[in-house]
Amino acid sequence: MTTALRRLLLVAAVLLLGVGQASAEVVYNRGNSADPESLDPHKTSTVYEAHLLRDLFLGLTIQNARSDLEPGAAESWTVSPDGKVYTFKLRQGATWSNGDPVTADDFVYSFRRLLDPATAAEYASMLYVVQNGEEVNTKKAPPESLGVKAIDPSTLEVTLKSATPYFLEMLTHQATYPVHRASIETLGAEWIKPGKLVSNGAYTLAEFVPNDHIKLVKNPKFYDAAKVQIDVVNYIPTEDRSTALKRYEAGELDSNDDMPTEQLADIRAKFKDQVRVGPSLGTYYYAFKTDKEPWSNPKLRRALSMAIDRDFLAEKVWSNSMIPGYSMVPPGIKGYEPAIADYAAMSQLDREDEAKKILTELGYGPDKPLKMEIRFNTSENHKNTAVAIQEQLKPLGIEVTLLNTDTKTHYGFLESKGDFDVARAAWIADYKDPETFLGISRKSSGNNYASWSSDEYEQLMNKAAEAGDKPDERFKLLSQAEKVLVDDTGNMPLLYYSYHNLVSPKLKGFEDNVMDVHPTRFIRKE
Amino acid sequence: MLGYVIRRLLTAIPTLFLIVTISFFLIRIAPGGPFNQERGLNPMVKANLERLYRLDEPLWQQYLHYLGDLLQGNLGPSYNLPDFTVADLFRVGLPVSMELGSMALIFALVAGGALGIVAALYQNRAGDYAVVALATAGSTVPNFVVAPLYQLVFALTLNLVPVAGWGSGSFANMIGPVLTLALPQLAVVARLMRGSMIEALRSHHVRTARALGLSDATVVLKHALRGAVLPIVSYAGPAAANLLTGSIIVESIFAIPGIGRYFIEAALNRDYTLVMGTVVVIAVFIIVFNLLVDLLYAALDPRVRYD
Repeated sequence: MTTALRRLLLVAAVLLLGVGQASAEVVYNRGNSADPESLDPHKTSTVYEAHLLRDLFLGLTIQNARSDLEPGAAESWTVSPDGKVYTFKLRQGATWSNGDPVTADDFVYSFRRLLDPATAAEYASMLYVVQNGEEVNTKKAPPESLGVKAIDPSTLEVTLKSATPYFLEMLTHQATYPVHRASIETLGAEWIKPGKLVSNGAYTLAEFVPNDHIKLVKNPKFYDAAKVQIDVVNYIPTEDRSTALKRYEAGELDSNDDMPTEQLADIRAKFKDQVRVGPSLGTYYYAFKTDKEPWSNPKLRRALSMAIDRDFLAEKVWSNSMIPGYSMVPPGIKGYEPAIADYAAMSQLDREDEAKKILTELGYGPDKPLKMEIRFNTSENHKNTAVAIQEQLKPLGIEVTLLNTDTKTHYGFLESKGDFDVARAAWIADYKDPETFLGISRKSSGNNYASWSSDEYEQLMNKAAEAGDKPDERFKLLSQAEKVLVDDTGNMPLLYYSYHNLVSPKLKGFEDNVMDVHPTRFIRKE
Repeated sequence: MLGYVIRRLLTAIPTLFLIVTISFFLIRIAPGGPFNQERGLNPMVKANLERLYRLDEPLWQQYLHYLGDLLQGNLGPSYNLPDFTVADLFRVGLPVSMELGSMALIFALVAGGALGIVAALYQNRAGDYAVVALATAGSTVPNFVVAPLYQLVFALTLNLVPVAGWGSGSFANMIGPVLTLALPQLAVVARLMRGSMIEALRSHHVRTARALGLSDATVVLKHALRGAVLPIVSYAGPAAANLLTGSIIVESIFAIPGIGRYFIEAALNRDYTLVMGTVVVIAVFIIVFNLLVDLLYAALDPRVRYD
């Protein structure tokens, strides 16, 4: 054999070996409906960002594959009898991806950073429940006054304003994740870039090409790295849902968090149990402008709510990718009984008769038709929903007109308390607690687009807040408050959201849950 | 000639200034702002954000700041993608859009031009009808139909190419987007070329060339083509500016990380700086390509001279 040939064979052998090793690497191509706006946990707010950040960082508590609460960076914790002081024991030996230990000081720094007005964190209000949280964020108190203290490097003490039973759930939200102080202080805005980002989660950031992919690789320093089975996750933005479906079919994606739901029946027929659809914590509702005639009349609001055929909306407009909804808090929160509107049990025909009766009582009829304008933000489905409602209300003599604006205009208008009749809105849970859905109907909430106000509701909500250390009683009070809201039709819930994932049979451990959380560390690929 | 180029570039400055000014105020007239969203922000949080991005200052001050930054080549941060500056986004996306766009342009010009010539030579015969039919189809079938059809046939059924993705610019990933982008342009080029070639073939100098006994190939390619290509040159300028700055439809259907999406997305998101950045980039492209067209004209048509 000539030397040249021998060399060639050697090179070939090395290459083959290399290929053998590379194929041992488990790669998960994960479709994600959009690119993150930011990878800085303190600057994010969306669901598609949460997926990524859950892989990169580890908060004090986490949601596991079934979205149940589990210890995260904190190994254990104790709560004072009044429910106000939480003492967290951090995981022994846990480190950042560069080897630095994760300390209580990291959390003190991170919580202060979230609330620092200079950070301008969208979700700063998550930590308003911490003592002086709101004051720090509005510059009324210095950062040092925040109720967060490092007792020693592995003990963190958090003092709350008042007992907040959902605090541990809130800590699963990315806004409360720790960030690496040293890299932020030395690198400034660059700290978030691939190759520089120091994180404490199961994965580290390897590449970020906007609108193309984000590559995360397994963090060997992660405390539970031995159990992490996927070596590389490529987050691939899939704005175009039809393309994503085809890419999934071609095997270019192992999962995607959305699909063209208008074709849901066909997709189900084709992909069978790879289509995962089920209830998630989100409510699609219409807000009446309750501080304006005639919408200030709860009877009228009730009549309209009764006349809308939610089954039709869910089935025909949304192809069963949404679920008919009669309460502000969707079902799925353990121990909480949502206050369902009393007419939910009536047949649609009976409801319509009742609605007609109320409208006649109020003096509306052929001579005096009720006029109503529905405002909604641009989306084919929002439009179809509004059109369906327009048709459903026509037989009752209600003249509905539609007004479509883009999302920014729509919410800008609602937040500035513009003049409207009825407007489309939605709320998706940040954490698993009814408070997140009920808080938006409080008088002081910026999200109270309906400008609804009820003293009884406020009292019950306050009472529930005071009962923070008694979870059962608190849920009962919240449910009573919700009943006030629903009976008064302060907002008109129409549909509950559902998750709709496409999941390859190769993926194991991708478990369906109401929060639609799927940390890659719990997923395997076969 | 050089003087002419310099003069043209100098007049571009007030043009750009006008474009920037008008766009700056136009986008601000649109209701809502970058921080209005489905889940409303706490007013204090929103105030913090607006302070960070100077959106709390009077509009004229923001405008002066923007102009100042722009003069230093700073396009500002993106409000909705705070990890990136506008310049970062273009640094990643522009080369991708330009690569796709230039391939599509070259393909459209070469293939469209060739088809146009064929059609002109076989006027009112089968070849001509075929080209005219193709051109009509190309300009009437929208790219949001062509692209999914291509994916369905070539990627899903025949398994020849990937469905979508950029794949760091691999050839297989590029075929679909290039064809989709090129097809409507190709159709226009073919029609223009057919028309101007028919005219050129009837002109005096071509008849003279034929009378001199030159071969068909020489007559068409050397004498007729030079005049016939002029309408295509003037069409190619704006078309190039358009193609090289990306297409939102093609880029989203094929999941291409270009800049085509930014214009519309940024406007919808009220990402003011990104809107302005896109306007500036597109304006520069249009100005440059119009200048190139004029220079090419001078090179091709001896009657046009710039002094």
